[in-house]
Amino acid sequence: MSDAYKDHLGRPIIAVTGMGVITSLGQGVQDNWSALTSGTSGIHKITRFPTEGLSTKISGTVDFIELPAANAVERSYAMARETTLEALAQAGMSGDFNGPLFLAAPPIEPEWSARFELADRSGPSEKPGDAYNRFLAAMRERPDPVFHEAVMFGSISERLSDRFGTRGLPVTLSTACASGATAIQLGVEAIRQGRTDRALTVATDGSVSAEALIRFALLSALSTQNDPPEKASKPFTKDRDGFVIAEGAATLVLESLEAAVARGARVYGILKGCGEKADLFHRTRSSPDGGPAIATIRAALADAGIDEAGIGYINAHGTSTPENDKMEYLSMSAVFGEKLPSIPVSSNKSMIGHTLTAAGAVEAVFSLQTMLTGTLPPTINYQNPDPAIVLDVVPNVKRDSQVTGVLSNSFGFGGQNASLVMTAEPA
Amino acid sequence: MSPVKPKSPNDVVITGVGIVTSQGVGIEPHVALLSADKAPDVIVETERFAPYPVHPLPAIDWSQQIAKRGDQRQMENWQRLGVFSAGLALDDAGLKDDLEACGSMDMIVAAGGGERDINVDSLIVDEALKRNDREQLLNEKLTTELRPTLFLAQLSNLLAGNISIVHKVTGSSRTFMGEEGAGISAIETAFARIKAGQSTHTLVGGAFSAERLDMILLIEAIQGHALDGWSPIWSRPESGGMILGSVGAFLVLESREHAEARNARIYATIDDIGGDRGKRDDGKLEARLETLAAKAADAADTVVFSGTTGFPDLAAREKAFVEAKLPKAALRGYSGLVGHGLEAQFPLGLAFAALTLGSGAKVPPFDPAEKSLASQPKTAVVTTIGHARGEGVAVLSAE
Repeated sequence: MSDAYKDHLGRPIIAVTGMGVITSLGQGVQDNWSALTSGTSGIHKITRFPTEGLSTKISGTVDFIELPAANAVERSYAMARETTLEALAQAGMSGDFNGPLFLAAPPIEPEWSARFELADRSGPSEKPGDAYNRFLAAMRERPDPVFHEAVMFGSISERLSDRFGTRGLPVTLSTACASGATAIQLGVEAIRQGRTDRALTVATDGSVSAEALIRFALLSALSTQNDPPEKASKPFTKDRDGFVIAEGAATLVLESLEAAVARGARVYGILKGCGEKADLFHRTRSSPDGGPAIATIRAALADAGIDEAGIGYINAHGTSTPENDKMEYLSMSAVFGEKLPSIPVSSNKSMIGHTLTAAGAVEAVFSLQTMLTGTLPPTINYQNPDPAIVLDVVPNVKRDSQVTGVLSNSFGFGGQNASLVMTAEPA
Repeated sequence: MSPVKPKSPNDVVITGVGIVTSQGVGIEPHVALLSADKAPDVIVETERFAPYPVHPLPAIDWSQQIAKRGDQRQMENWQRLGVFSAGLALDDAGLKDDLEACGSMDMIVAAGGGERDINVDSLIVDEALKRNDREQLLNEKLTTELRPTLFLAQLSNLLAGNISIVHKVTGSSRTFMGEEGAGISAIETAFARIKAGQSTHTLVGGAFSAERLDMILLIEAIQGHALDGWSPIWSRPESGGMILGSVGAFLVLESREHAEARNARIYATIDDIGGDRGKRDDGKLEARLETLAAKAADAADTVVFSGTTGFPDLAAREKAFVEAKLPKAALRGYSGLVGHGLEAQFPLGLAFAALTLGSGAKVPPFDPAEKSLASQPKTAVVTTIGHARGEGVAVLSAE
């Protein structure tokens, strides 16, 4: 391999040659990007299920994709399929993909409608708490392979593998809100291992339901500022009160730069480095000193072989929860020091909400778009800055600025932290 | 004889085994059963979930590996079993409480999800039978009945999260999902990373709690269970065939260089591991197995640990494949002994293989259809063919 295709550690340089995205703002990179840079919010009142009696009544659900059945598996699959079609078309690829698939997908449980259907065909209750015994008796009478398929975690990657002709056993992963970044990281690693010269990295989350909403609400994680919905997500402000749950998907086609150039593909950016570090502090809270997040950012910079000066823009995790934004600021301050106020940092989640499993990949696509277009997307709803967080958040209005190095952060429940460093082409 | 392979600094070696099955806790009872003249009696619970037999958890003192009661309370048995088994593996590798080693240790966990609150679910569906505003009912009941901590006990990546908290493993934390394939991919990925120098030491494995009606329902949805009682794994009745087992299986994998630098005891080297998927008709399954098992040499000192479901058709095809491809080797269907542990099934097979190669155990037949080993095995092959999809094969050699 010529040196032009190797990074600072002699590993293959990883190019992004195709991207696709869906969020509540719409379908496709172009539509999303124009909405995002015009400061449009995709957050809306929930219509998928009744919200009477719930403290949170808003979300960034994706309601415009046609589905054969309205459930989380079908929705997550359909979004992943659409973003992958877009990414492969952009990459100029057709036919079997012939590389591995890394899919970030939500842990999905049976829909309540499926439980109700089972209850309808089961016998009556004989004692409290016996619903599953009755479900089992009903299944002994008549099996339900559709139910089985719908509750297996491997069913989405199975369909994507068949549809796009990926190679080997696909990986379905969850690192909570860092999942999208982890999928990309696994793709980068596979190419660096020399196992493949291309990888399909996909992240999807179509799992907003009453139960999902209530579970997060019980952990006090969600914003309850329901009116108006588009103003609820306000990262880095004093009155932020939680994230807005949302849906979306993104696909990135990763290739060794050498393979991309050899086939004459357009290179949209370089996936330069990945970093991760787990947190042992608490199941839902981060270490108060930001140690693991700091280590994650530093690991990503080291993996990329660049120092802090190489980062011209940060695509923040920026969930709009009191805790995340404070901790993220703390960790960015530790890494970037005095230079931090001069580095623009914005949160896409101010407009699209928190796409959970998909967020890391959705925001990687927007990070690459930032470099490609020379436009920094804003942090909207930035009316009342948190005085303890001194950042240039690109407040409310986009900014023209050419940057060549971007850091994207993803942090999640369970001590999950992942950061990506992307640079413009040429590397 | 199996061919002797040259050693290399980036060999992927197993230096720690954490194993829990119905046969007991830790390596001692498992090495004993692998070294015995004949297989132990199977331990099957037939009453609690009748008509579904399961291989239950053994007596287990959680506090041996999860010191804080508060941590134990934050989990249900699936996560407890995983955190417990991970602790056993770290202990066995001599890395427990080694803050530096655990702080830089990578982790890949093969996970399903946690147990539903059966009482809350029952309450809701029973109430729903009487009402026609079911969605509104859901909001009312879920808001008032769900325990906030239950969400965390159910979240797939919180098994890994709890391992970070309890055992301080924080180099990295990745959770793979997708039934048997998750366990195969977890080992495959850990192997590839160490081989390529991306990791020096990785904790990898999974856990499965069989004593759960929601999991039993998953398999009953395709009528996959062996009903009413246990029978030998290679001759299960046509109706179903699977008996679930509560199992925990974690391994510490290291590069040979990393392991030797700290004088670690090496159980075995993983020579090859791969996974694949696809349609299974027309010999396609056998064609994939042929490719996956390409590095498995046929020798009388080879033992094949099969994680078969016991589904009669799949089991028969796998057995026929192994007997044709490796006629001299001895097959051992470990699912017959301890049950099937979905995500944990493949890691469990590697745990059995590591213990066998590390101790020189002349594994007795687990099943009337299995032949005796002529000598101590030097090579082990581990297979798992997923109950719905996915296949994996690993090839290991003794030191």
